Amino acid sequence: MTDAAVATGTPFRAGIEARFARKRLIAFGVPAAILAYFAYIFFAFDVPGLAERASLDNAQTLMADTYSYKTHVTRNHRGAVPYSIAIEGERKGEYPEGMTPDWVSIDGEDAVVELEDGYEVVFEGTTMRMTVPGYGLIQTVPSNRGVELTLPDGPVPDWINASKNRVSITTPAGRVMVTRSKTDVFRYFFGWELFWFTLESPYYDKGIGELFSLAMSDEELEPGTSNFAGMVDDFWNNRMWRHGEVAGALFDTILMAFLGTVGAALIALPLSFLAARNFTPFFTVRFSLRRVFDLLRAIDALIWTLILNRSFGPGPLTGSLAILLTDTGTFGKLFSEALENVDKKQIEGVRSTGAKPVQRYRFGVIPQITPVFLSQILYYLESNSRSATVIGAMVGGGIGLMLVEAIKTGKDWEEVTYIVVLIIFMVIMMDTISGWLRRKLIKGGTG
Amino acid sequence: MTDISASSAPSPALREEYLALVQRRRLYSFVLLVVFVALLASGFYVANERNAGGFIANIHQFFDFPAEVLGEAFEKAAEIPALLVKFFPSLVETVNIAAAATLFGAMFGAVFSLLSTRGLALWPRFTGVFRRVMDTMRAIPEIVIALVLIFVLGGGPIPAMIAIAFHTTGALGKLFSEVNENADMKPVEGLKSVGATWFQRMWLGVIPQVAPNYLSYALLRFEINIRASAILGFVGSGGIGYDLKNAITWGLGKYDEAMAIFILLFITIVAVDQLSSRARDRLIGRPL
Repeated sequence: MTDAAVATGTPFRAGIEARFARKRLIAFGVPAAILAYFAYIFFAFDVPGLAERASLDNAQTLMADTYSYKTHVTRNHRGAVPYSIAIEGERKGEYPEGMTPDWVSIDGEDAVVELEDGYEVVFEGTTMRMTVPGYGLIQTVPSNRGVELTLPDGPVPDWINASKNRVSITTPAGRVMVTRSKTDVFRYFFGWELFWFTLESPYYDKGIGELFSLAMSDEELEPGTSNFAGMVDDFWNNRMWRHGEVAGALFDTILMAFLGTVGAALIALPLSFLAARNFTPFFTVRFSLRRVFDLLRAIDALIWTLILNRSFGPGPLTGSLAILLTDTGTFGKLFSEALENVDKKQIEGVRSTGAKPVQRYRFGVIPQITPVFLSQILYYLESNSRSATVIGAMVGGGIGLMLVEAIKTGKDWEEVTYIVVLIIFMVIMMDTISGWLRRKLIKGGTG
Repeated sequence: MTDISASSAPSPALREEYLALVQRRRLYSFVLLVVFVALLASGFYVANERNAGGFIANIHQFFDFPAEVLGEAFEKAAEIPALLVKFFPSLVETVNIAAAATLFGAMFGAVFSLLSTRGLALWPRFTGVFRRVMDTMRAIPEIVIALVLIFVLGGGPIPAMIAIAFHTTGALGKLFSEVNENADMKPVEGLKSVGATWFQRMWLGVIPQVAPNYLSYALLRFEINIRASAILGFVGSGGIGYDLKNAITWGLGKYDEAMAIFILLFITIVAVDQLSSRARDRLIGRPL
């Protein structure tokens, strides 16, 4: 290398080296900063304490409940009715008097409950005898002094939990709980209980073929209504799953999203012209409108919802107005920015033909902005169907409220799963529809 | 113009047909508009009917609540600064939930987006699978995951963070993969030719190209996530939303607290909004 090259190269080289040093600093500094932040979060969010707060039992019930259900067979030691059978132990899942599932047979004070895999529970009066294959016979005799437990010889296995007043036996085929006042037998089943028809419906426990032929036949199970109408009615008003109410709540949620988005777009459209630099020469109008948009956006949907909820109460109107107010701000900002970016040539072209201002807007501006606006509106429509769910959960209304209620009970996880599936389905449907409309309208709507 | 029309003047029949077509199109547009307006009007009517309180009957109450809150806040104006300090830690928690969720979401989103972009994917066969996974993650509202996780993990910021991060992964993953599609493949091919692993190709060949756009989208998401985190706090997990819920359900007597929280939230949202739009302008230039 010659001297000249070194002389001119040194500052150049130094510059490059400085840049490299900076790059290296960023390459190591950014991940290090992120790691440090995560370390801070780890302690700020008390992750080590999570193990204490987390409840594996809850997780287990949740998982088991989403795909299975249990039927309670209860022997009341006191009281007039000796046996009651209820799905999930709920009143709305109770078997009517005289109706039993085929694995239970009741004979006055005595009963036989067959569980799977050879397990069996026999009641003789209030005495319970449970046959456990591979272990032997377990007997409990409840009295006012407590529960007397008799087991086969040998150590007490860990799946039997016994105290003076309470015995609990957990087996793969089912559970038995004995207290002084009652004995409960739980048998587990796969699936969602009573999803189509509840027990009091004449259509309960019938196969698809049978239902189909019933719907076709003239013979009426419930006199006065056709079988098909009866089936639809019994399904729609299913007490356990409340399909009708769930559908209504879904409708409310979609309504909120639709009204909020479209209403906001309609209000924001004229205002955005007033807020765009190239359409409104008055600075004060422009400036104050922009601040109004900013304010509408900055007062979050959360706060709007609270204010509206106080005056209108819970329901779809409150939700749609909350979305409408927030999104008027958003659309106002987006639309006026889009208007400021319109191509002037097209307007000038229309003007050169002698068009009046209204015609200039109609043929020079509208065709340019329609696709942009439409795609933004449709995008927000989809995103607002999610917001509507959240707003519903906050103040009560729509599918969000149903979700919160179902979770609050802490045991109807199959219902939670059902609602979650419906919500996801709703959002995906809105996404598909808005995407389809976007393609359709924007391709054909520009002309 | 005149020359052309003179030499090939449209026949009157053609002209009439054209005008009829235009007229029919106008009629269709008009009918569509009427249907749309009717749909909107009936929608508002139904919403009004299904709501607890009607619009006309209760519109005069619209300012009652803000008036109550403001009234009490003015009465106790001297206490507001102290309350601002009191609720500041909750605000920090809310912002932390949003920030951590955005970071996690952006990291997972980046990986998912690289795995689902044709030409960059590690397993080209599974690009569709990763896309569907991201779609599903995006479709699940945060509140669903948050509520279920609160049941399992107990209250606190972690359920909210996981819920928001989950949704953010899907949302950012989609935007990132759109960015990836425009990335220049030459550095990647260059790295491949010297035997770089997939991770090295992505880290050294793709990420430096797309980082500004990634960052810009992540900042936008951060704004959204702050709002989401406040709302999730309101529904059950920690942060400033939870304090707000307590103050609101208490009602009169605690509206000064509600006001302080409103102020904190408002300032945060505006500040983050401004900062992130400034930063985004610098990162990728004005036209977004």
